[in-house]
Amino acid sequence: MFIKDIQELEKAVNSELASKIKKSTISFNEIMLELDVENLFSIVQFLKSNDNCKFKQLIDIAGVDFPERDKRFRLIYLLLSHEKNLRIKLCIDFESSKSIPSIVKIFPSANWMEREVFDMYGIKFTNHPDLRRILTDYGFKGHPLRKDFPLTGFNEVRYSEKEKKVIYEPVKLEQNYRNFDFESPWEGTKYLKEIKKKSNNEKKE
Amino acid sequence: MKKKNKTLNLNFGPQHPAAHGVLRLILELDGEIVEKADPHIGLLHRGTEKLIEHKTYSQALPYFDRLDYVAPMNQEHAFALATEKLLNLEIPIRAKYIRVIFCEIGRILSHILNITTQALDVGALTPSLWGFEERETLMTFYERASGSRLHANFFRTGGVHQDLPTKLYEDIDKFCDKFPKTIDDLESLLTDNRIFKQRNVEIGIVTKQEALSHSFSGVMLRGSGVPWDLRKSQPYECYKDLEFKIPIGKNGDCYDRYLCRVEEMRESVKIIKQCLKNLPKGPVKSIDGKISPPSRDELKDSMEALIHHFKLFTEGFRVPAGDVYTAVEAPKGEFGVYLISDGSNKPYRCKIRAPGFSHLQAMDYLIRGHMLADVPAVLGSLDIVFGEVDR
Repeated sequence: MFIKDIQELEKAVNSELASKIKKSTISFNEIMLELDVENLFSIVQFLKSNDNCKFKQLIDIAGVDFPERDKRFRLIYLLLSHEKNLRIKLCIDFESSKSIPSIVKIFPSANWMEREVFDMYGIKFTNHPDLRRILTDYGFKGHPLRKDFPLTGFNEVRYSEKEKKVIYEPVKLEQNYRNFDFESPWEGTKYLKEIKKKSNNEKKE
Repeated sequence: MKKKNKTLNLNFGPQHPAAHGVLRLILELDGEIVEKADPHIGLLHRGTEKLIEHKTYSQALPYFDRLDYVAPMNQEHAFALATEKLLNLEIPIRAKYIRVIFCEIGRILSHILNITTQALDVGALTPSLWGFEERETLMTFYERASGSRLHANFFRTGGVHQDLPTKLYEDIDKFCDKFPKTIDDLESLLTDNRIFKQRNVEIGIVTKQEALSHSFSGVMLRGSGVPWDLRKSQPYECYKDLEFKIPIGKNGDCYDRYLCRVEEMRESVKIIKQCLKNLPKGPVKSIDGKISPPSRDELKDSMEALIHHFKLFTEGFRVPAGDVYTAVEAPKGEFGVYLISDGSNKPYRCKIRAPGFSHLQAMDYLIRGHMLADVPAVLGSLDIVFGEVDR
């Protein structure tokens, strides 16, 4: 992959799809197109069939959660063109209530990838043939890769000698998961700042 | 009188020796013909991606050993490359060669396991006994380099953990001299074996088009005649200085994939040979003290080294904000890491692209219309390891 090819690709894509692309950036020799959710399906189809692109393979779909943003979720579609030896990233940002058009019709392999995103983030896809959970347990509740899901989870399982079966129980830890803040030892760690703030507020009152 | 056809649901796994791990496959059978296959995965899901978000970059690395535990270092490689790309870090040339040597050892490890267990699934016991002896030797190399047979944690950001013992180079070289003979022996058992061919030829055929649209990579793609190998097409490390061939299949069936794997092992041996011959001298990890930790000796008499050591093992290093995708040609296909950094010492998001995930997804397409007995044969040739499929 050469930077020249990527720049050419960016030019070609921009001239063909000008109005549908919000922004295109090149960083670390990788091209990223930002799109609106509505245009996703048509652009993926275009990239797959256009002679200058030929992105015939969907590599992966990655979800990202930004809880502090209005448009909370981001999906990144990684595509690969064997003929042109190029990769491209498509990115859509959207609110948590939104459903995303499924691209299973274009890439059959998107089936499980979308199921995984649904499982991990709770993002819904329209027109998906079989939107079930995939990686988590049968009957699992919650979406583990959301940033507000605790690392230790909610339930744990063990074999109960009494009931002669595996049972679910709320997580009990001898010691809670400790998330140390190592980032800035001399500026005072986050929790110290919070304690200071609290005591200052109390003094004022 | 008309006979009514009723399909039979069969639960294959999750504790079935031919499922290569914890796969639960729900098969819909009409007599002995498979009408539909629905793989249920996730029984080995450990939340690797979530855990990585809570760890510093150097703490996240060992999780990659636990993905495809058959060829651990190839996985580490993808993550190390991703962080290096974000840091814009060039690693020393000697480290590149050592990495390639161990990646190719990983490839041989994985292919031996796959070929011999595939033979085991279709009824041949001997290849696995012969093959595992060689695997043991290779894992001793892993142990001598990193201190452990499987969970190596050897490829660090900025190079490899430490230089190899001198004797190890000789022993790897000796192994390379004698290993092609073992491949010949394995081939004499399988390649022209009537039973092995009956079970594999024209089973699980994938066309070029289907292989592409099902996101196949690695041997699954090459077996169908697509000349694509990341080591050649998007070379990383020192692969562009090395000479090797990419074996390609013709028919895209299980047998062609087996042949591809055998040839790849031969090529891997050649690559290791070349690396050992041309191994340059120099450091094995980046000399940037902010990235790679100092040696034990330095700690004793250098204040700066002590500070670096303390900072690296508490805070870790910070990685500039940005997002990158790097992929390596792992034994099973394209193993990729999509890494998003927010500029702190922990990855904001680390998406792992495991080749086995897409391969297993196509199980329904591959097995439809085949006999029940072909299920293990097809599953074997997909080269599934649940560590990476379930993550």
